Amino acid sequence: MLIKHSANGIDLPYGSEITPREVFESRRSFIKKIAAGSIASTALLEMASREAFAQTPGAQKLAAKLNPAYGTVEKRTAFKDATTYNNFYEFGTDKSDPAQTAGSLRPRPWTVTIEGEIKKPMVLDIDALLKLAPLEERIYRLRCVEGWSMVIPWVGYSMAELIRKVEPTGNAKFVEFTTLADKSQMPGLRSPVLQWPYTEGLRLDEAMHPLTLIGLGMYGEVLPNQNGAPVRIVVPWKYGFKSAKSIVKIRFVSEQPKTAWNISAPSEYGFYSNVNPEVDHPRWSQASERRIGEDGLFTKKRKTLMFNGYNDVASLYKGMDLKKFY
Amino acid sequence: MTSLTQKQFAWLKASLFAIALLPFLRLVVATFTDQLGANPVEFITRNTGDWTLYLLCIALAVTPMRKLSGWTWLAKLRRMVGLFVFFYALLHFITFLWFDHGFDAIAMLADVIKRPFITVGFVAFLLLVAMAATSTNAIIKRMGAKNWQRLHRSVYVVAALGILHFWWMKAAKNDFEQPLLFGAIVAALLLMRVVWYCAAKAKKNAAATLSSSSTR
Repeated sequence: MLIKHSANGIDLPYGSEITPREVFESRRSFIKKIAAGSIASTALLEMASREAFAQTPGAQKLAAKLNPAYGTVEKRTAFKDATTYNNFYEFGTDKSDPAQTAGSLRPRPWTVTIEGEIKKPMVLDIDALLKLAPLEERIYRLRCVEGWSMVIPWVGYSMAELIRKVEPTGNAKFVEFTTLADKSQMPGLRSPVLQWPYTEGLRLDEAMHPLTLIGLGMYGEVLPNQNGAPVRIVVPWKYGFKSAKSIVKIRFVSEQPKTAWNISAPSEYGFYSNVNPEVDHPRWSQASERRIGEDGLFTKKRKTLMFNGYNDVASLYKGMDLKKFY
Repeated sequence: MTSLTQKQFAWLKASLFAIALLPFLRLVVATFTDQLGANPVEFITRNTGDWTLYLLCIALAVTPMRKLSGWTWLAKLRRMVGLFVFFYALLHFITFLWFDHGFDAIAMLADVIKRPFITVGFVAFLLLVAMAATSTNAIIKRMGAKNWQRLHRSVYVVAALGILHFWWMKAAKNDFEQPLLFGAIVAALLLMRVVWYCAAKAKKNAAATLSSSSTR
């Protein structure tokens, strides 16, 4: 329930002392106040209370210190927007679907199998993953291939920490991520929109880049189900779909792995999919974006930055034609 | 129901008008009460596009419904439904021109030319403009019924382009469920016309042979 939820979730530690959740709460109570006074009060009240968010029952806090190297002065996206506007096709293709249907996901117990071209294959459960390295909070921009963006305070650590522990062999050139595909937990799997399970991949040096995050929480709490609980990947200089959610397997391979969207439409979604304002998606321009919660109806869209503004990563692609390797 | 008094028909028409306006009113209310969700532009774009297609299906269903039910007065509602198709298509277009392109007509047209799914949507919109502009009795008279009918048969082209537009948009996400549903509905409505047309032609032919044989 909502009230219980805010009682243990609102007092966020460290860098997450943010207003959006409160703004959202007050907006909700405002709606309720209006609703109570109106003729259609019952219907509206029902609407207000039916709105689902943060599917994880009694969301757990996840304390982490803000890593100032990955802070930003940009306004963070409201918790409500970040948890009700999601592309997570395992829970439906509509962006409001995951918040409504992801309650069936069981993020615990959960294990991640790490295998392939590594010296130390292992199966880690979620507690082991939480303890693998110190958790930090990092505020990243998230740019969706659809032309919208958010600013999200993630909790996690560099994927490099995990990679060092498993010791890749000389044959490891790529990393493949596999998302859970369980029909009993994910209603969206019934529709053949994508090839299940969802897979994504990175080049090993991309995965090793300090920006690449093993995400275990956001907004100072464990990941809500609809955002990829209990563990996901966050690659802020690439379009959002590269950041695989609810991961059950990490495989180190020598060949470039096949990735879900690339299989479905190779001319539209490349393996690299770096945020690049100069390379259009065939159906829309990527030159600009709309920041969720900030750029309203009458605001001009903002310019999209190369690598989503993370210019550090440019060295990874030296000498590559990014129009060809889109 | 087969025949209505003038008063009954007026009431029916007025109620349908009000009902067809509800989606628009809902959008207006939602805009001013911040109920459009995280991405208001996307919401409005999709909602107006959806309603254009719903009403297009209803407009195309008028003739089959009239023939099946025998309610001839249904034909007199067709123009209003057609104009509502245009109304929601216009809102859809304005959303695109205003919220996506900030009234920059050049940028908008560049987008229309560059992206096939927008091209077909735009062509369908232009056809709807032509039909809406020639929807008054005076213009029908001036054009002549034959010419008018020829122009307004482009509603079939609009239906095909509209579904292609939706199909192509959804193809980006590999999600064909809804375009398929609209496609099936429109195909069924058109198929009924083909069947009736063929049946009428066969009847005519039969009558012709009959009359020619009887005169012999």
